[in-house]
Amino acid sequence: MGRLFARWAIDPPLVGTVSLLTLFGLAMIFSAVNTVDPDPFIAGVWMRQSIWFALALVAFSVVSRVPQRWMEWVAMPAWVFGLVLLAITLAFGTGAGTAAGTRSWLAIGGFRFQPAEAAKIATILALAQYLSARGEAPANLRDLLVPGMIAGAPLALVLLQPDLGTAQAFVGILFAVLFWAGTPIPILFLLASPLPALILAFDARIWAVYIVFVGVGLYLLRYRLFFYESVAVIVANFAAGTIATPLWNSLASYQKSRLLVFLDPQIDPRGQGWNVIQSKVAIGSGGVTGMGYLEGTQKRFNFLPEQHTDFIFSVVGEEFGFIGVGITLLLFGFVLWRLVRLAVDTTDPFAGLVLLGIFGAWFVHIVVNIGMTVGLVPVTGIPLPFVSYGGSFLLMSWVALAIAVRVAHDEARSRI
Amino acid sequence: MWNHPHARRDRARIAGATLVFALGLLGVSFFRVQVLASSDYALTARNNRLRQIELPAPRGTIFDRNGRVVVDNVPGYAVTILPGPRDTIAATLDRLAPILGLTPRRVEELRSRIAGNRHLVVDADVAFERVSRLEERRPDFPGVHIETRPRRRYFGGAAVGHIVGYLGEISREQLSDSLFPGYRQGMVIGQGGLEREYEVELQGETGYRLVEVDALRRIVGDFAGQEGLAARPGEDLHLSLDLGLQEFIHEIFPAGKTGAVVALDPADGSVLALYSAPSYDPNLFLGDQRNAAFAALIEDEARPLFNRAIQGTFAPASTWKLATAAMAIDLGLIDADTHMEEPCRGGMMFGNSWKACHKVDGHGDVDLTGAIAGSCNVYFYQVGMKIGLTRYLELANELGFNTPCGIDLPGERASVFPQGPEYWERVFGYTPRDGETLNLAIGQGPNSQTPLKMAQFYVALARDGSAPVPRLVPDPPGDRTATPGEAWRLEISEGALHAIRDGMRAVTSPGGTAWLSSLELWDLIGKSGSGQNPRGLTDAWFAGMAGPHGEDPEIVIIALVEDVPEGQGGSSISGPIVAKAADYYLRSKRGIEVPEVQTLREHIQTGPWPAWAARPPPN
Repeated sequence: MGRLFARWAIDPPLVGTVSLLTLFGLAMIFSAVNTVDPDPFIAGVWMRQSIWFALALVAFSVVSRVPQRWMEWVAMPAWVFGLVLLAITLAFGTGAGTAAGTRSWLAIGGFRFQPAEAAKIATILALAQYLSARGEAPANLRDLLVPGMIAGAPLALVLLQPDLGTAQAFVGILFAVLFWAGTPIPILFLLASPLPALILAFDARIWAVYIVFVGVGLYLLRYRLFFYESVAVIVANFAAGTIATPLWNSLASYQKSRLLVFLDPQIDPRGQGWNVIQSKVAIGSGGVTGMGYLEGTQKRFNFLPEQHTDFIFSVVGEEFGFIGVGITLLLFGFVLWRLVRLAVDTTDPFAGLVLLGIFGAWFVHIVVNIGMTVGLVPVTGIPLPFVSYGGSFLLMSWVALAIAVRVAHDEARSRI
Repeated sequence: MWNHPHARRDRARIAGATLVFALGLLGVSFFRVQVLASSDYALTARNNRLRQIELPAPRGTIFDRNGRVVVDNVPGYAVTILPGPRDTIAATLDRLAPILGLTPRRVEELRSRIAGNRHLVVDADVAFERVSRLEERRPDFPGVHIETRPRRRYFGGAAVGHIVGYLGEISREQLSDSLFPGYRQGMVIGQGGLEREYEVELQGETGYRLVEVDALRRIVGDFAGQEGLAARPGEDLHLSLDLGLQEFIHEIFPAGKTGAVVALDPADGSVLALYSAPSYDPNLFLGDQRNAAFAALIEDEARPLFNRAIQGTFAPASTWKLATAAMAIDLGLIDADTHMEEPCRGGMMFGNSWKACHKVDGHGDVDLTGAIAGSCNVYFYQVGMKIGLTRYLELANELGFNTPCGIDLPGERASVFPQGPEYWERVFGYTPRDGETLNLAIGQGPNSQTPLKMAQFYVALARDGSAPVPRLVPDPPGDRTATPGEAWRLEISEGALHAIRDGMRAVTSPGGTAWLSSLELWDLIGKSGSGQNPRGLTDAWFAGMAGPHGEDPEIVIIALVEDVPEGQGGSSISGPIVAKAADYYLRSKRGIEVPEVQTLREHIQTGPWPAWAARPPPN
């Protein structure tokens, strides 16, 4: 047995935990569509998800046999191909399911998938390829230009769909990979500094304080930065503050209300606030031990929106209580921590960067998705890896898992 | 350098710290929601899906004295909207309006009544066709609930309208009235008659059941976790009313005429029949067309909603002469065989003026019986003078001739009678002289009585001089005190009582004005009266009582017909009503079949002279 796993180079703790989460997800999807008045369109989704799981296992066993060298070689072409697919999606894409208003899907024949999911993996590979080939850690903002573009280009295309949720994943990938590539933490903060400026610009006084704060940071780092870098950071912060209002006005009304509702769900309890309120009610009424599998009343009486996709964790909270939530969080925590451990253990720079890229993507998905069910972060359409219903997302998550275990154990296999 | 194992381990520590921080933040958030605030959210979840559906209690059944059902319940339908957001309910109302036939005004009214956690009663009595139309489109109306609700059924229809009253939705004013504790919007309550008088007893207690609803507020099923509360039906009422008699009176009352008939049981003063014409059918107040029906009744010039028996006051005319006689006897001023100083010569001089009697030839020198039989004004002028104005007013007030009787029906009016001499100053602007007594003594002057009040007085004559309070429900349910008993008592000797009754007997005896109303089996006696009304027409009274020959009367009946043409009077119009009603009651009470032909007049009109009837004395 041990020999078999060694030869196949999979990581039993990681793959085992992910398998457990996927099976748990199947059970939750089965429960989520089990309502008093089942919607015939979604009543069979747990079976479809099972078929996708089978496909994902096939994809896993194939991809986990692909040598790392091939991945390095294919990284850049894949990234370019991903960009092309995203561009095509923007032109010909369709909406689907809960994201009917966006253009995120490509349909070929009867088969539909989200190119953004593939683009995520391609971006991880491309970033890892670029930074590992570069050999040394980015030391200043100019060094971040190329990685920034590698992640920024697909991010921009995804934002145009518009799919704010998936776009966040690219941010997570970029920062995780740059961090693993040795970029100094202060530089990462400077890179991120315009984003808070964007939000704080809604109150000029707070924004002014923030700019002073950034200025002090730049002064403290003056020996490590080029002058133009400091200027660029300040300019970016001012620019963010300036465009904040026009940018806000350019947002679609549903995006605006989502952000406002995050601040106070009660301003629109039947509309945008409904999701968060009902989700919290479901989670809260679960209590410590939960109502029991299939027994959640908020879910059963259709009070929970998107209960089999984006809000499936609310069902977990309602039916399994704080204990179930805690165990699930620990399982996800273990998966993420395992990725970091594998990155520490591998001596290969490309492998480490890929593992952290996957860590970054999943980290964002998990924290943002679970956070929004409990009102911790604004509601954005972002699924929970391995648990939420969604065929191509499950498939690509397993492909990412296959790449992770492959690169982590590539050397081990070559030694045999 | 960046990929040195030490560097990797340092970064792993930072990554791990970030991970612990993020997952810790999530854990704390869930802890707050699921452990600290769990009970609040559990309550919200419960309120989310549980709705209380009210189960209206069937109102109490009303029976007559023979156990016949006067009012009972049949299944009906109500449409309500379950609690939810205000704008959703308002939109649902708009879409319901065409199906239920709601007027814009009604929709507006309902809109203003939308309350957070109560269901809104859109219509408490919906016709079956509308219900089935709504049922067909049920999926379009989530949150709309059709419930079966007991619906009132009035046997006897128009015959009993004024007694039983009618139902209507509780008004805003009534909701804030302490008379209706615990009543809620949409409840249907008694708005008139016994339904109103005994509302609290008849209503019963609303129950409820708990149902589960989904996010669209569609009812999914009963909630198993908690028992509902069964409705407690209202208390039944057992009336002293004789429904058959009431229907009979409704049938024989002259068509197109207005007026009232009151029949009391002399045994305890309880009401045997209480009829006001025109009447209304309380069944009209149910169902679809109730608003139109109500509007039509309000606009009707004959005022069908006006209960003449207890709300109308009329000049009592000659029927009042017995009151004058009874008061004088009580005071010990006259007795059965008392004659007056001045015999009747078609009138008498009083001071400088001639006070006329209706019989131009005069009645001559008569005793009490003769005076009553002839309704002699001159005799009663002198009785009034004997009593004197002050004493007369005092005693009449004592007998309650200007207060309501206290019958258990809402809206009874007080009769009109001066409380003291100051009445003339206040109303007419002069000090009353002794002459006022003359007018009062024969039932004229400022004296206007309800038919019920006159009936109560005649009950005293049918008894021993004491008058009980008339009641419809002798033994009411619940905490209500039973029959209040005697209202007043006159000291009238057995002899005087018989003298009075003999006078009344003469009225229906050969030669009497109401002779043609006499009956085969019963001793009918009475007194007629014809009062001028403000319209220049005559209100025809007949106050009668009847029982087996030689025994005390078993029924007292007052009939009043308004606006009788000149020349007709109490004896010819109202007398037959009293006679036939008495015959009906006394026969049915003994199980004797009531024939088509009852009074002497009917016998003469339809066949040979009946053997039982005495021939008139030859003139």
